Amino acid sequence: MASIGSIATAPLRASREGDKNAKSIVFLGVLWFTVLFSVLSLAVLLVTSFLDGSTRLDANLFTRYSSIVLPELAGARAAILGSALVIVLTAVMAIPLGVAAAVYLEEFADSRRWYNKLIEVNLTNLAAVPAIVYGMLTAGVALSIGLPRRVVLTGAIALALLILPVIIITTREAMRAVPQEIRQGSLALGATPLQTVWRQTLPAAVPGIATGSILALSRALGEAAPLLLLGGLVFVSYDPNGLFSGYTVLPIQIYNWAKEPQLAFQQVASAAIILMLALLLLMNAVAIVIRNRYQKRW
Amino acid sequence: MNSHYYSTRTHDVAEAGNETAANELASLVEVRQDDRRSLPSDPKPIMECEGVDVFYDDFRAVTDVSLGFGYNEITALIGPSGCGKSTLLRSLNRMNDLILGARVEGAVTFHGQSIYAKDVDPIEVRRRIGMVFQKPNPFPKSIYDNVAYGPRVTGAKVSDMDDLVEEALTRSALWDEVKDKLKQSALGLSGGQQQRLCIARTIAIRPEVILMDEPCSALDPIATSRIEDLMVELVKDYSIIIVTHNMQQAARVADRTAFFTALADEGTGDRTGLLVEYDLTAKIFSTPADERTENYISGRFG
Repeated sequence: MASIGSIATAPLRASREGDKNAKSIVFLGVLWFTVLFSVLSLAVLLVTSFLDGSTRLDANLFTRYSSIVLPELAGARAAILGSALVIVLTAVMAIPLGVAAAVYLEEFADSRRWYNKLIEVNLTNLAAVPAIVYGMLTAGVALSIGLPRRVVLTGAIALALLILPVIIITTREAMRAVPQEIRQGSLALGATPLQTVWRQTLPAAVPGIATGSILALSRALGEAAPLLLLGGLVFVSYDPNGLFSGYTVLPIQIYNWAKEPQLAFQQVASAAIILMLALLLLMNAVAIVIRNRYQKRW
Repeated sequence: MNSHYYSTRTHDVAEAGNETAANELASLVEVRQDDRRSLPSDPKPIMECEGVDVFYDDFRAVTDVSLGFGYNEITALIGPSGCGKSTLLRSLNRMNDLILGARVEGAVTFHGQSIYAKDVDPIEVRRRIGMVFQKPNPFPKSIYDNVAYGPRVTGAKVSDMDDLVEEALTRSALWDEVKDKLKQSALGLSGGQQQRLCIARTIAIRPEVILMDEPCSALDPIATSRIEDLMVELVKDYSIIIVTHNMQQAARVADRTAFFTALADEGTGDRTGLLVEYDLTAKIFSTPADERTENYISGRFG
């Protein structure tokens, strides 16, 4: 071993090229290109939609129903109200169910039991099941229990089933982020496990649950496939007015307009796309704000 | 070659300091014992362990522990890392139940009743036998709500919660520091204050026994000494069982000390904790009966 006095201090000045050789620069270029590619395609979508649809971003879009004879005046009123109603109903069904399931799995289930393991595996897979499969499932169930297919309730059930696994998974993650010391502190003070969940774990996990739920709902908002399969109506000229009302939603309305040949329909479709993108952006922004503001740092 | 030389040297240095270290500990014990009534050689137990084994699945973490924890006494559990003292402590109020696969064999009794009997509610056990953890773990609530939490969840009949909060904070020597900011988040307190808040929180449910799992290991020396003073104050009304890595701390505060060590299984290498010696702190630190205790206390191992 060298004695301390003789250790030479190596110069800090760069003795090699570091990341400045040709290979590194090409690699960096590729990385930049991939980022640029994804950002550009989003930008193209936004710009073309905006150019096509800006003329139709007017009051008519919000106040008028769709029209076959007057595409210049067609509006998305029924679709906007339909989307709002379906999403609220989806949230009302999916969030309590999902959170309750997550609480059971995270706080009470014995993860070593085979049936709980089975649930875990299935849950992860369910989150990756294509949306249309949930449409088929709901259609089948609706048929067998005599529920009409083309109504708000059935559509919301399909979307709730679709986002349930996502809500369960994000809620579990939020609860897992609550330190074990908090649970132990509560239990050591004579709280029951249920009291501990209600008074400590769940409140601490609320920001994470809210973020996950909003992101899941924004997915449901943009989803057309399961509702199309359920026969969601493509032409609705009335406000949906209850659980068993016929309805349409924004993505279906856009799909319907976009397949028409007239330019006026293309324009109103683009306007509706802008509206939906704005909504999605807003929801995601709210989710991010909640996460950043209320996330607890332990 | 080099490393061998190095380790031998440190050993020599440690040897040379042994005598003084042991003398210091003994003097600490004397200071503590002076202000206390003379204790009987056998404790009058509020809790007792009889042939206790603690397992995690098939792994035996603690083996065959028998000892009694005295009324209004501070009992310290000391020993090297992995000797099962924290495990034993957690099995005294059934916090071990929360670990999957943990199980206790033998008898743990509180006022003569087995706390592991079938009809015993672990929640009730924890209400009578409180616990303070290694890392201060205040809830992300106000100081007031932290203290009021226990009485609220246990549904205790409290005529005036404000009084109870004040009393608990006063008893844990925190009232003067926080009385003007009871509604502020407990997470804004310093580490030492947080730990005293955790003690206040425990006192608020009026337990009979307070278990402390290395309560000062995350604190600086000043905060530590305040907690120690607090323990000496609290033991007039409570029985305290404390796990500590700090032998000076055991010598300063404990009435009785139990020394544990870990035995490695030759086949599996698993380390199982066992009780070596349990006696009055004064005796443990001056004239221990077992050579292993003496070696540990004088710093020869551990």
